[in-house]
Amino acid sequence: MDKRTTAAEISAELRDGMTLGIGGWGSRRKPMALVREILRSPVRDLTVVSYGGPEVGLLCAAGKVRKVIYGFVSLDSIPLEPQFRKARQSGSIEAVELDEGMLQWGLYAATLRLPFLPTRAGLGSDVMTLQPWLRTVRSPYEDGEELLAVPAMPLDVAIVHMNRADAKGNSQFLGPDFFFDDLFLGAAKRRFVSCEKLVPTEELTREGSFLTLRIHRGMVDGVVETPRGAHFTECPPDYGRDEAFQSEYAKASRDPEAWKSFEQRYLALDSEDEYQRAVAARAGAEAR
Amino acid sequence: MTSATRAEVCAVAIADAFRDDGEILVSPIGNLPQIGARLAKLSFAPDLLLTDGVAFLVADVQPLGAPAGKGVVEGYMPYRSVFDTVWSGRRHVMMGASQIDRYGNQNISCIGEFQKPKAQLLGMRGAPGNTMSHPTSYWIPNHSTQVFVPKVDVVSGVGYDRAAKLGPLGSRFHEIRRVVSNLGVFDFETPDHSMRLRSVHPGSSVEEIREQTGFALVVPEDVPETRAPSDEELRLIRERIDPKGLRDREIRSS
Repeated sequence: MDKRTTAAEISAELRDGMTLGIGGWGSRRKPMALVREILRSPVRDLTVVSYGGPEVGLLCAAGKVRKVIYGFVSLDSIPLEPQFRKARQSGSIEAVELDEGMLQWGLYAATLRLPFLPTRAGLGSDVMTLQPWLRTVRSPYEDGEELLAVPAMPLDVAIVHMNRADAKGNSQFLGPDFFFDDLFLGAAKRRFVSCEKLVPTEELTREGSFLTLRIHRGMVDGVVETPRGAHFTECPPDYGRDEAFQSEYAKASRDPEAWKSFEQRYLALDSEDEYQRAVAARAGAEAR
Repeated sequence: MTSATRAEVCAVAIADAFRDDGEILVSPIGNLPQIGARLAKLSFAPDLLLTDGVAFLVADVQPLGAPAGKGVVEGYMPYRSVFDTVWSGRRHVMMGASQIDRYGNQNISCIGEFQKPKAQLLGMRGAPGNTMSHPTSYWIPNHSTQVFVPKVDVVSGVGYDRAAKLGPLGSRFHEIRRVVSNLGVFDFETPDHSMRLRSVHPGSSVEEIREQTGFALVVPEDVPETRAPSDEELRLIRERIDPKGLRDREIRSS
């Protein structure tokens, strides 16, 4: 089945109040082109589940977010995500802050259609007191140990960004880390992949070993080619993080006037093409 | 060899925290912990597993700040395997702490009220799971009453009092091994596991440490001085591990 679609069609899947899972990790291989499409849409009150990077900050800044489920939100080379901090410190979003491993467990439980998975991660910490809805479970075996029951975290929609994919949705990562992208797709009702380059199926194993094929077409409902679609996060080996752009984003976040002009230059645009042109123009100006 | 700087004393104290770890994954977070772990691996703890900070275990020791991908890859450690390793217990992490209290509760989540914090910090990250699963140590480059507080605003990493409430079964993998600051070395080897001054860095003093600590430390009658780096350790730090001197950006020479 040909599952090629557009960023606009993927974004249109989202309704107010839905839960959106976003693949990648920090400022690494994030589906930013799809996020930018969501920023342009009227959707709001999203619950975002993520190993958070700038996509969380941008969605918060645009008023799209009601709740974030996360273990951290970071730009990696800049440890604290500025727009997410702003949203947290103004009290405008609900925060479900968990241990990183709990996030994996919740997505995995949803993937396996289990109500929960047990762990020790979180016990004794303020994860338990700040999220009083979390429950523990006692081992039914001789040991009788009490464990944290991480609830399944089902998603309405999941979006991930890959290096390569074919028209049917078979997808490939070529960088060093796959992160938890299969679990985001596994936990979601509707599952979408953006990729750097759409290729014929037979090319997939030419560029990387079979070990890079962790997402097959049965896990994907729609696929779209978005060249440089992870910008400004890294997407190795296709490109590294745009550190200059990222630091401009972070700097602009500190000052309302600067943020207004950042928004105008890069966010208040009608299309991804215009965004990529603005980024190219910026890089050109910097080179001169 | 010129005498050791404070940063170099700290690096050696950090290395000593990893001394008897054997063949487990060591995750040193921050420049000084990186230097300490690499020093341990090059000298007295050669079996330690170290990553390049991306997704690979590297067999050799690269200088700090070398581009990733230079080392000899001996294994694959993507994030998916990191959590498996954490929960298996075969790991020792050294994290930072924005706040730490006398029982080793650590905060990297936020300052102030959680619902509307004065300052959002990193978030829980892996601190809850780390502390419940395997030895955890802390590196604190700015020892002050701001950091060493009577009560942390949020418990990210679990301390001994919180762990004790989980009972002997629930807390059996919990261990806060060591706290190294720019002033001294601390552990929890006391009857109630409250923080004890283990050694004082040359140039600091018990008085200074007490002044900069926001709770009553356990201070033994005789507190030794933190050991000085050997000439060989200084050579490894200066020439092999940190030729660019990144350690001095974290800790001023004294």
